[in-house]
Amino acid sequence: MLDKIWARHAILERPDGETLLYVDRHLIHDGYQPAFEFLEERGLPVRFPQQVFATPDHYVPTDERRVAGIRSAERRGMVENLVAKSREYGITLFELDDLRQGIVHVIGPEQGISQPGMTIVCADSHTSTHGALGALAFGVGMTQAAQVLATQTLWQRKPKSMRISVEGELGFGVTAKDIILAIIRRIGAAGAVGHVIEYGGSAIRALSIEGRLTVCNMSIEAGARAGMIAPDQTTFDYIAGKPFAPKGEAWAPAVQRWTETASDPGAVFDREIVLDAADIAPMVTWGTSLEDVVPIDGHIPDPANAKTVEDRERMTKALDYMGLVPGTPLSQVAIDRVFIGSCTNGRIEDLRAAAAMLGGRKVQSGVEAWVVPGSGLVKQQAESEGLDVIFRDAGFQWREAGCSLCLGTNGETVSSGQRCASTSNRNFVGRQGRGARTHLLSPQMAAVAAVTGRLTDIRGGY
Amino acid sequence: MKPFGTVSGVAVPIEGENVDTDQILPARFLPKPRNGGFGQYLFHDIRFDDSGTEKPDFILNRPAFRGASVLIGEANFGCGSSRENAVWAIADYGIRAVIAPSFGDIFYSNNIKNGVLPVVLTKDDVARLIEDQLHEPGQPVTVNLQEQTVTAGNRVYHFKIDEFSRHCLLHGIDELDYTLSQLDAIDAFAARRAAEEGWPAQAPRTASASDDGANI
Ligand code: SF4
Repeated sequence: MLDKIWARHAILERPDGETLLYVDRHLIHDGYQPAFEFLEERGLPVRFPQQVFATPDHYVPTDERRVAGIRSAERRGMVENLVAKSREYGITLFELDDLRQGIVHVIGPEQGISQPGMTIVCADSHTSTHGALGALAFGVGMTQAAQVLATQTLWQRKPKSMRISVEGELGFGVTAKDIILAIIRRIGAAGAVGHVIEYGGSAIRALSIEGRLTVCNMSIEAGARAGMIAPDQTTFDYIAGKPFAPKGEAWAPAVQRWTETASDPGAVFDREIVLDAADIAPMVTWGTSLEDVVPIDGHIPDPANAKTVEDRERMTKALDYMGLVPGTPLSQVAIDRVFIGSCTNGRIEDLRAAAAMLGGRKVQSGVEAWVVPGSGLVKQQAESEGLDVIFRDAGFQWREAGCSLCLGTNGETVSSGQRCASTSNRNFVGRQGRGARTHLLSPQMAAVAAVTGRLTDIRGGY
Repeated sequence: MKPFGTVSGVAVPIEGENVDTDQILPARFLPKPRNGGFGQYLFHDIRFDDSGTEKPDFILNRPAFRGASVLIGEANFGCGSSRENAVWAIADYGIRAVIAPSFGDIFYSNNIKNGVLPVVLTKDDVARLIEDQLHEPGQPVTVNLQEQTVTAGNRVYHFKIDEFSRHCLLHGIDELDYTLSQLDAIDAFAARRAAEEGWPAQAPRTASASDDGANI
């Protein structure tokens, strides 16, 4: 699949082996000011604005929808710049008060902008998300993004390919989030550096598109350049009828092209890894790297058992930052905050799954729990199903769409020392705010953690 | 972009694998203007305490390592977020070369695009370099791109970098200039892709068209 998409987009090759790739879709967000400045310095326009789609997400508040309501002048400037430049260059823009606005990696698939066989880029590492639809999608730096605006092309060295197959059936309470966390646990946070991962196997094929988006989203956390899943009937059904999807007479040839994008049965990969779905338990991270992850029925690991001196030092540091004692059962770790949202788990299925766990129970007193839908349309859909009422009645804050607590660039953060059960994708030091302690888990686990006030195994009575 | 020849100066070791770009530049500094000098935010949260005072135990704050022009990291240095601002922080601080056994992919290419030389050495070589720097802080390290060598004391380490990146760095050219020279091929390809996908034909916007607003 990588080979096929690559070949279809290669314009020319440079003597050093880098290929000039044509970019079908460029998604942009409110961090693009430096890219526009770069273009202006060079006197270059956006060459193919019809292939660029813009949405503000990183700097927007989630307690209201007015740009003027953004208190920090710097953040407001980032959002205003995106709006002004999109208008100036004729780029499709989903403004803050447009229901279609949302996290860039949620709206690409939701609007049918991301399609199989395409090359998709964005100056954001989680662009790998869109690979769930059978696209080659990856994050680029801001200078590269400026080149894409100016030329609709990108220089890339062809990555190696890696297939990760998850076979069999997932157990009760085990989700797409747990699959990807289990994969990272197995191969490490740098386990796929230089590779594009193609996920396969019966457990992956059985996932909905939303679940596949969650898996591909976190490919970068295993070091991969991108993650992708072969397009199939599930993919076509998902795309059909989306605003920017092919319509009418264009539909059948598109499906034909997409079908041909999938890897051939005998395709050879540079690396192959197989996991048994039945071995995967609900997972939760305990440290400050994605490979610091264990099943929820496990314990905080002991640095004394580390294989190398460096590992021991790193673990000790992580535990110190996280304020955890080796040997503690994870289910005894009390939390202060809950965040359900982000481009990993901020889609409608995630909110449905989380709401379904609440069962009329209340958020534990002392715990502050937030739901931040991934887009305005996700929020609207959830409200039409009454999910907002379920969350609100339980004591959750029901907020507007954006990145929010995933990274806190909009000013919403977890306070120093606070412990947050989060459905986002990174548990790095300071990711959710300076001194914030992050435990990554699935939306179901996050919902239950909110009502019990601690990390909880959703498979048992709680 | 400043051409890269040889850099000789203090080399600061940053210990630990998987040092991510959130560490190098915490996210809350992302909206700062590009010309605002990102060097002051480099490793901000490990370099300064909550009140903004330097933490004396952080290596970059030790007198011998101040003003380093070379940084030595461990495996998977610069992993995580694609933020180019992390490289701006490194470059603005005055660091011209970063040495590590492996890098986050995007971080690696961001370095080259900003005139900072990423040097890949073996894990053992890096371990030795780090040890030597810790043992004898401030001992100058020289990185020579022409020769593709790193010299520390009487030890010389060899590294490889692809020809194109080397050429760009040596001459201070950027990739965009080269790409713009290929615009005809790109436009032809764009037309072919549009036909393949059944997109409406589109004329590329050009600088002159955008000046008089005719493109809108
Ligand atoms: S939700 Fe988080 S990971 Fe996703 S785009 Fe926003 S900040 Fe990045």
